[in-house]
Amino acid sequence: MILRERLLAAGGLDGLFLSDHRSERDLAGIVSGGRDATVTAALTGRRVLLAVGGQMAAARAMIALDGLAARLALVPPKLAPEHIARIASDAEAEICVTDAEGVPPGALPGLPRIDAEDVFRAGSASSRETEWALATSGTTGAPKLVTHTLEGLAGGINTAATPEAGTVWSTFYDIRRYGGLQVFLRAMLGPSSLVLSEASEPVRDYLIRVGERHVTHILGTPSHWRLALMSAALDRLNPRYVRLSGEIADQTVLDALRIAFPQARIAHAYASTEGGVGFTVEDGQEGFPATLIGSRSGIEITVRDDSLFVRSSRTGRRYLGEAPETLIAADGFIDTGDLVERRGERYHFLGRRSGVINVGGAKVQPEEVETVINVFPGVSMSRVRARPNPILGAVVEAEVVLCAEADADLAALKKAIIAHCRPRLAGHKVPASVKFVDALPITAGGKLVRRGA
Amino acid sequence: MSLRSTVFAEIAAIAAEQEKRMPPITDDLVMLDTEFDSLCFALLVARMEDLTGADPFGEMDASDLPVTVGDLVALYDRAATRLAA
Repeated sequence: MILRERLLAAGGLDGLFLSDHRSERDLAGIVSGGRDATVTAALTGRRVLLAVGGQMAAARAMIALDGLAARLALVPPKLAPEHIARIASDAEAEICVTDAEGVPPGALPGLPRIDAEDVFRAGSASSRETEWALATSGTTGAPKLVTHTLEGLAGGINTAATPEAGTVWSTFYDIRRYGGLQVFLRAMLGPSSLVLSEASEPVRDYLIRVGERHVTHILGTPSHWRLALMSAALDRLNPRYVRLSGEIADQTVLDALRIAFPQARIAHAYASTEGGVGFTVEDGQEGFPATLIGSRSGIEITVRDDSLFVRSSRTGRRYLGEAPETLIAADGFIDTGDLVERRGERYHFLGRRSGVINVGGAKVQPEEVETVINVFPGVSMSRVRARPNPILGAVVEAEVVLCAEADADLAALKKAIIAHCRPRLAGHKVPASVKFVDALPITAGGKLVRRGA
Repeated sequence: MSLRSTVFAEIAAIAAEQEKRMPPITDDLVMLDTEFDSLCFALLVARMEDLTGADPFGEMDASDLPVTVGDLVALYDRAATRLAA
């Protein structure tokens, strides 16, 4: 399956569009625009890094490059330059597709660049299967790349069904992240129209755009939805299908959406970059029915040691990079690292085994934050963990043990530690609160006790 | 400090820390229509819990989600009354 071929074969592109906060484009024009043989030759069979600023450019480049590039590594937005460099190196990129808002000049020395505007004109008659590489959070805070095939990525999508008339998709997420890519592919394989979001856009402006384009199917994290529910512009939205993924969907947000959109199907999906789409729950209740454990069409789910394991053709194939960790165990299962607990006939999600904190869908490795805090004068050691938060699911909280001689003005010290973190960490990683403690529990092996912390 | 002035002061402080430009804070202001984003809002709720001991979001009805600053103040007012009771 090749994206552009699918779209051309599907026909019926008339009237379909792709829009973002700046412009609206005909899907037919994007798919069947003029071709440039020189650009095509420069990209054919190459390992390509896609590092553009906006989602419109990303969408057009993905359509142009699938079936042409040997590998397509997607750089999510707002990534630090050193993390972009890491992705380029792990992906063994040979060429970088970028634009004015993508990679800063001087970054990625030695990697040839090609302007995204040129790439939109790439495409050839012959086609190969492109390996897609998506970024996920790694154990040190640096992203890891997980490879997928387009078939695997689309494995949870019913590509045989014709979309309901008038279907328009949208996603609060970026389409270069797993959840958003699912929506991009649902729209492209439909085919149907798609409204793209913009990271820095206020919720109100996005909801107004979504309303004006008559979006019928829309995806967000529970955090995105909590915000939308608090916006005066929510009434612009009249969806038939509301989807949640990327975080644990609790009963409060599911109930609030049911009240706001009584006509809509409301579904919460369990999916991850590594494990692919696991399942979708539509009964309006948090967690998932125990009957989903076991084998169904194309997917097998099991619980081992309180952790959810998934085996299917939709999971990632492997990690890229030097000395990559093993993604798939010998028996074909992927450990999702998500802890679950059975209560009666339902399983409930408890959080991540590794202690990774999920701040509104953005992952935080506790160790990365601790490393920054621990260099602050007077700090002996620290432990970073999730503090439950009704807006973003969780925020970062630090417990800090001070050296004996440390400054005694604790209120000032707390502010100073947070101020120290702010320029050194992405906003969602900066502790929302700091608590001073006398000691932190250490395991027999000398490690900080994290689980159940 | 009254609950209203605490909420107003924390909104202003968080907006300054996060380098967000805010219009004058009034009861009618819809916070999410401004640059005050989800992270700012999450920080506000965490700090209000630290200051007042109340987390009204954790125990409210789904239909009660605050839209304006005035709604938010009222939500904390009700939570404070419950805590005092």
